[in-house]
Amino acid sequence: MNDRLGIVVSGSLTRGVEVRLDSSASVEDMVVGRYVTIEGNRRRFFGMITDVSLGVTDSNITQTPPDVADPFIAEVLAGTSTYGTLHVSSYLTIGGDVDSLLEGPQPVKTIPGHFSPVNLASERDIELVFGKEDEERFWIGNPLDMETKLCLNLEEFVKRSNGVFGKSGTGKTFLTRILLIGMLQKSKAVNLIFDMHNEYGWAGTSEGGPPVKALKQLFQDRVAVFTLDEENSRRRKVSTDFVVRIGYDEIEPEDIGLLRQTLNLTELAVEAVYQLRRQFGKDWLQNTLDLKGVDELPEGVNIHESTLQNLQRGLMTIRRLPFIEPHAPTNAVDSILSYLDRGINVVLEFGRFRDITSYILVANMLSRRIYAQYQARMERAMGEDIAKPTPLVITIEEAHKFLNPELANQTIFGTIAREMRKYNVTLLVIDQRPSGIDDEVMSQIGTKITCLLDNERDIDSVLAGVSGKSELKSVLAKLAAKQQALIFGHAVPMPVVFRSREYGSAESYKDFLPGKPAEKDIEDLWS
Amino acid sequence: MERVGEVVEASTTDFVAQCYELYQSPPLGSLVKTGDSGGELYGVVYNAATTSLEPGRRPIARGKDEASEEEIYRSNPQLLKLLRSEFNALVVGHRQGDKLHHYLSPQPARIHGFVYLCSPEEVKEFSQSFDFLNILISSHLTVPVDEIVSACLRQMSQAHEDRRAFLVAAGKELAVLLSGDFNQFKAILGRIKQ
Repeated sequence: MNDRLGIVVSGSLTRGVEVRLDSSASVEDMVVGRYVTIEGNRRRFFGMITDVSLGVTDSNITQTPPDVADPFIAEVLAGTSTYGTLHVSSYLTIGGDVDSLLEGPQPVKTIPGHFSPVNLASERDIELVFGKEDEERFWIGNPLDMETKLCLNLEEFVKRSNGVFGKSGTGKTFLTRILLIGMLQKSKAVNLIFDMHNEYGWAGTSEGGPPVKALKQLFQDRVAVFTLDEENSRRRKVSTDFVVRIGYDEIEPEDIGLLRQTLNLTELAVEAVYQLRRQFGKDWLQNTLDLKGVDELPEGVNIHESTLQNLQRGLMTIRRLPFIEPHAPTNAVDSILSYLDRGINVVLEFGRFRDITSYILVANMLSRRIYAQYQARMERAMGEDIAKPTPLVITIEEAHKFLNPELANQTIFGTIAREMRKYNVTLLVIDQRPSGIDDEVMSQIGTKITCLLDNERDIDSVLAGVSGKSELKSVLAKLAAKQQALIFGHAVPMPVVFRSREYGSAESYKDFLPGKPAEKDIEDLWS
Repeated sequence: MERVGEVVEASTTDFVAQCYELYQSPPLGSLVKTGDSGGELYGVVYNAATTSLEPGRRPIARGKDEASEEEIYRSNPQLLKLLRSEFNALVVGHRQGDKLHHYLSPQPARIHGFVYLCSPEEVKEFSQSFDFLNILISSHLTVPVDEIVSACLRQMSQAHEDRRAFLVAAGKELAVLLSGDFNQFKAILGRIKQ
């Protein structure tokens, strides 16, 4: 059943093993990222092809190449004097005895002996390592060049903060949509999605194709669409559940601190906000804007004329945002929480307000309050031994704008990423520029799924701290521009390259919908 | 089974056989055998020569007034008795009982042992393993080894239905044996390709 590729000829635990290809295996069929098994004497090893190279037994061959136009000579030379070698990084091992079979695959601590045969991994091997589609595992795609379903344990996945990375146009959004559907179906967590580009709520765009259905269309009763821009949503014929409005009094000095760069404020202006908040209380924003000059400042507040002007200019920008009102008619946070508590996922669409100021302001403000509520509930749950709040996953896009080294300590997202699951809140970070994200936050991300990246710094940042980094680097840089991704970290036993599952056709929607297995069973019963 | 001669000189590594008829030595590279039911030796023909019976007496040119070469022999019938054809075979294996071994025999061939040309079936059986190639390659012969190896493989391939598959397999074996000497390997490949 197994396709034999060759034999192990050398290697080390740190660098991986070298496999010499048999003459029957064509070097051109070997692609980096493919999954192989090595049959040692007492245990099996699972690994991934991370490099492919050509070798010759005699350097004369390269200096005076033989006439390979003659098929006879070419056939004789293939696999003997000239051969292909594979570099395989092994990740997991499983012993031959009964106990180890029950334990399942373990991280590799040794290497296979000389001349151990190497095979292409079979469907059973993939199932053994990644598990079958079941209550907790969700089919996210297929391993490279295989038909087997690659399943991800989403219950495990949501226990840590996770990241989806990749250049623009590599399929991050499609992949995220698949992950969100997975979480919705297979995990107990609920999602709060800050949907900057209106891709996840009702319908999403697809390059060169008709719009694709998004969460709300597929799971009516499990998803609520919130919007900041009612008009835009109406024009796109999206039925929204709630219109988010933010009152002046809800904006805190911390929010202004985050927007320092985008609003072009000076350090002093940000400092001044704290003073003003102390003096004016909740209505500080309105009061500050009403000031005609430094003369009108209350006693005890010492702000320079130019600083006040700088600050006022910045606050004007915020006030001009259409969704900001002196007093919000409804409380968005309470409303979001009430949906989340009922296990309904919330997608917040930004409509036309795709500028980074709105996104940072709203995402940060709402998340901070929600997180505070979660923290309080979690502490109460621990103290009083009552049910813990439903695990929450907050999805943010353009994460490097929130989590860059300068802001990571200030935004709530930095805190969530670091403190992680203590309070049952984790992040799903979507970003195209991972090198912009603070190292400390990056190191806390549990599972990373990365599509093609070609910037050296981005690749380094995604792979920081992973064992076998240089090998994975070559795999990552060679991913196809679309639909392919490398997944590694907490939720998967070993890194694996996969082609994400189809999304967008009527058939694919049917696959996603729950209840399908039951129907299938009935069909099987009657057929 | 075709009898091609009789052993006149023997050592552990090779034997010399004289042909019964002048010029009737088996082709270069063919597989021959000698011995009795107790044990048989297999050899590959690597050299053939026709010389005067007496080492001191060299033949002289006789055809000045003859119209053709055949005429010379017809006019001098004694020539067929004064000349002899011999061939040398390198021992490449032996059979003891039912077992075929591709290495040297414990005993050399016996003088006056009859030498037979192996049948295609025997050649096929013997060439199931390429272990004998190593003996050919590592031998020190007066004839270039490349020629002997390629002649031998060409001869043997005729006994196989799929000549090409046989030659490819032999080529792969040679690639391993000659991994340090690509030029020699290339020379042999050039001589066995069809």
